Amino acid sequence: MPRTLDVELTVNGAPRRLEVHVHHTLLDVLRDQLGLTGTKECCVVGECGACTVIVDDLPVNSCLMLAVEADGHEVRSVEGLARAGELTPLQQAFLDKGAAQCGFCIPGQLMAAQALLEQSPDPTVADVHEALAGNLCRCSGYEQITEAVLAAAEEMRR
Amino acid sequence: MSMRSVGASPRRVGGHGRVTGQQQYVADIHLPDELHVALVTVDCARARIISVDRSAAERVPGVRLVMTADDLPQPVPRFGPQFRDRPVLAVGETKFHGEPVAAVAAETKDAADEAARLVLVEHEELPPVYTIAGALDPAAPLVQDPALRAGDALAESNVLAEHRYEWGDIEAATSDLVVENIYAFPMVTHFAIEPHAFIAAPGEEGLTIWSSIQHPYWLQRIIAGLVGLPLARVRVIAPDPGGAFGGKQHAKFEPLMAFMALRAGRPVRLVLSLEETFQAARRNSAEIRVRTGLRSDGSITFREIHADYLLGPYADISDRVVGKGSYPGNGPYRVPASRIVARAILSHTTPSTAFRGFGAPQVNWAVESNLDEGAKALGLDGLQIRLRNLARRGEKFLPYDTPADGDWQQTVRRAAELVGWDTELPAGHGRGIALGIKLGPTTGLSHATVRFLADGSVLVFAGTSDMGQGSRTIFAQIASEEMGVPLDRITVVSGDTHVVPYDQQTSAARSSVLMGNAIIEACRSLHGQLRDMAAQAYGLDPQEVRVERGVAHLPDGEVPLVEVLQAGLGTLGGELIGNGMARKEAEPDHPLGGTAAFYELNCTAIEATVDDETGEVVLVRHAIVSDVGRALNPLQVRMQDEGAAIMGLGHTLMEHLIYDESGRIRNLGAIDYRIPTAKDLPLEVLSDVVENADGPGPYGAKGMSEGALLCVAPAVAAAVQQATGVVIRDLPLTPQRIWEALDERRRSPSPEVVS
Ligand code: FES
Ligand code: FES
Repeated sequence: MPRTLDVELTVNGAPRRLEVHVHHTLLDVLRDQLGLTGTKECCVVGECGACTVIVDDLPVNSCLMLAVEADGHEVRSVEGLARAGELTPLQQAFLDKGAAQCGFCIPGQLMAAQALLEQSPDPTVADVHEALAGNLCRCSGYEQITEAVLAAAEEMRR
Repeated sequence: MSMRSVGASPRRVGGHGRVTGQQQYVADIHLPDELHVALVTVDCARARIISVDRSAAERVPGVRLVMTADDLPQPVPRFGPQFRDRPVLAVGETKFHGEPVAAVAAETKDAADEAARLVLVEHEELPPVYTIAGALDPAAPLVQDPALRAGDALAESNVLAEHRYEWGDIEAATSDLVVENIYAFPMVTHFAIEPHAFIAAPGEEGLTIWSSIQHPYWLQRIIAGLVGLPLARVRVIAPDPGGAFGGKQHAKFEPLMAFMALRAGRPVRLVLSLEETFQAARRNSAEIRVRTGLRSDGSITFREIHADYLLGPYADISDRVVGKGSYPGNGPYRVPASRIVARAILSHTTPSTAFRGFGAPQVNWAVESNLDEGAKALGLDGLQIRLRNLARRGEKFLPYDTPADGDWQQTVRRAAELVGWDTELPAGHGRGIALGIKLGPTTGLSHATVRFLADGSVLVFAGTSDMGQGSRTIFAQIASEEMGVPLDRITVVSGDTHVVPYDQQTSAARSSVLMGNAIIEACRSLHGQLRDMAAQAYGLDPQEVRVERGVAHLPDGEVPLVEVLQAGLGTLGGELIGNGMARKEAEPDHPLGGTAAFYELNCTAIEATVDDETGEVVLVRHAIVSDVGRALNPLQVRMQDEGAAIMGLGHTLMEHLIYDESGRIRNLGAIDYRIPTAKDLPLEVLSDVVENADGPGPYGAKGMSEGALLCVAPAVAAAVQQATGVVIRDLPLTPQRIWEALDERRRSPSPEVVS
């Protein structure tokens, strides 16, 4: 039988105590154990960014982090952005600018962008491209995603 | 009273779920009692299967079923949209790397994965065919058993089909210059960010399949045929795909899931890894020889095109891709004499299928590049030679087919203007311009139902798969416009064959036109019913009432349709139901079985420079202009066009699948196969549309969404040629390829080097 360990972490603000398989990634646990399917799975090798979540203050590919490594940390996923049904400026900007096409990459784009805006509230286009370079989108030409991040930054600085 | 929904860019239907993580894709759906499936494969493309030993796998705790070809009905059922050539599991011999020999279903994914590794497949590796030359070698093994191709004169070869189109007299044409060369287009993969996912569940009412599929009704037919159930007992639920681009048009592992679910008596789910997705679908690669005759003024006198497309071992829809993609191979130009010979060639590689552009980008790359070589030899520029030959509105430029359906000169001039065609170029920069054309659907059938509910809200049932193009938004806009109901009171239902009426397919940029027209017809049926209601409610003759776009015009004023509805329904309430259908009949005498419903036309203009040291292309400007007839939703049009353009930069600059001698993809997965990221963008992307309301769709719309991918490559290559002097005829234009060409030129005295 695969080995399990107990971990304690905070997910979207709520403390969780979980028994996890030692070989399962944070992505596995979010999606399959906690039912938080907003975080997406694609390449599982850290290249596409679909699985991006924020751990403490940093964007992380949750497919590359073992769940046991998240012990004691604070994890935020796309489900934790909107509060009481109220979209964040970033989510609102993604909607308004038409950043989401099929939408599959969007949770990852949002979390990477959220981490960026928390660190640097007034990013340049190049900053956005750099921060989101690890988040592949096959539908868009990235233009509307970039526009959305810049618009949200402006909104948040007000 | 127009709602002005059409032509505006209201918020995307389904957008909220997409930014909150609530949107459910197939992999996010779990059924009670489900089993997880893992595929068993061998480590080469072509192997003779000697035996399959499942004993160790069956001992893994939690394993419930190990399925092999012997467990299927015999002979093993085969399926495919064009030919029934693909077996549910490999029979006797695997034909491509990743083709499952068996599959395991277990209580957990871990158990399924472990057991799949323990299924012992004793096999003998056989030499595969993985190139065009290899497949055509008379000594090559036959990829398909000739018995599968009874009555086919080509059955004893690896040529699945040859398509020939011919008009005019090539031999009689007099030309001042003849340009001939061979161009290559790489094998690329769709790389939708959502890997394919499938669920099948048996039940009292038959079988239910969940799939991220573009054509749920086609899948329903395939499954019903395979398992011997009536259509009414096979329900396909198709949640919005997470990107598809043609790769999710047709059945892949749904048939296997259906048989496993029936055997296990429980729901089964299979979510492919990205690597398995790479092995499930790709674009046809191609080698194309083009010979063009030109007069000194640049006018085309004749053209010969020999296009060889490399397919996988099973046709999927690729033979159609070859036929339909090559037919308009001459582009939107007047070509008085032409011969097009296009072959679909089988190999032991990933099964190829539709991919945005449907066979057109391959020939387009060759023909547009060839035209530029001709222009250069004659001292003309790329814009001049194109305008010289471009068909005028109404001109029958493609024999037997729809005449030119737009003011295409306007599109070309706009693209040239955006890129500053006539302005001076900085040293070391170059410009290129190219045109792409693709045929819309040649046949089609879409049904729609619109229900006008008692409170004046509207339900639209339309079977288009909303895979990112935003079809539900467009349909809601159309219903809003026709019924005079605001968008927040309209819901569009799709993705369930038991609930939503038949729609042939979501492809060929057809949905706004065909499904859009079906919705308009359904709304017009409601208009008829509302006219009678109004007449009765207000004591008028029906002739005195005119209903259009949301209002009933009465002799003494206008009444919103919602009011008419409520007056007519009275205290009992209820609803009105309108049905609509759009049909494009087959034309058996046409080489493609039908004329194009419309043309998708795009012009791409590029300014680029090349880093001499690294061979890297820097795109300074990338302008795209599409003739869309009418932009029903300008924001979505821009999203589609720019997305297509950047996707086109993938096969132009970086993407290509590489095979090894065992027929395995060497760059399998996201680490070694690169697609454009936010850091690969042109410095400036400029997109625009031409709108003359001259399309056959709602309010003059034409289909769009593939156009801006069609001609990226030749436009970029032409810019590179002007910037550096080197001509490259093999895609992608990787830094290595360009650097080598530059290096060769540095060392050779000739002014131009050809790679
Ligand atoms: S799934 Fe984690 S980076 Fe792709
Ligand atoms: S919206 Fe489809 S992958 Fe980004």
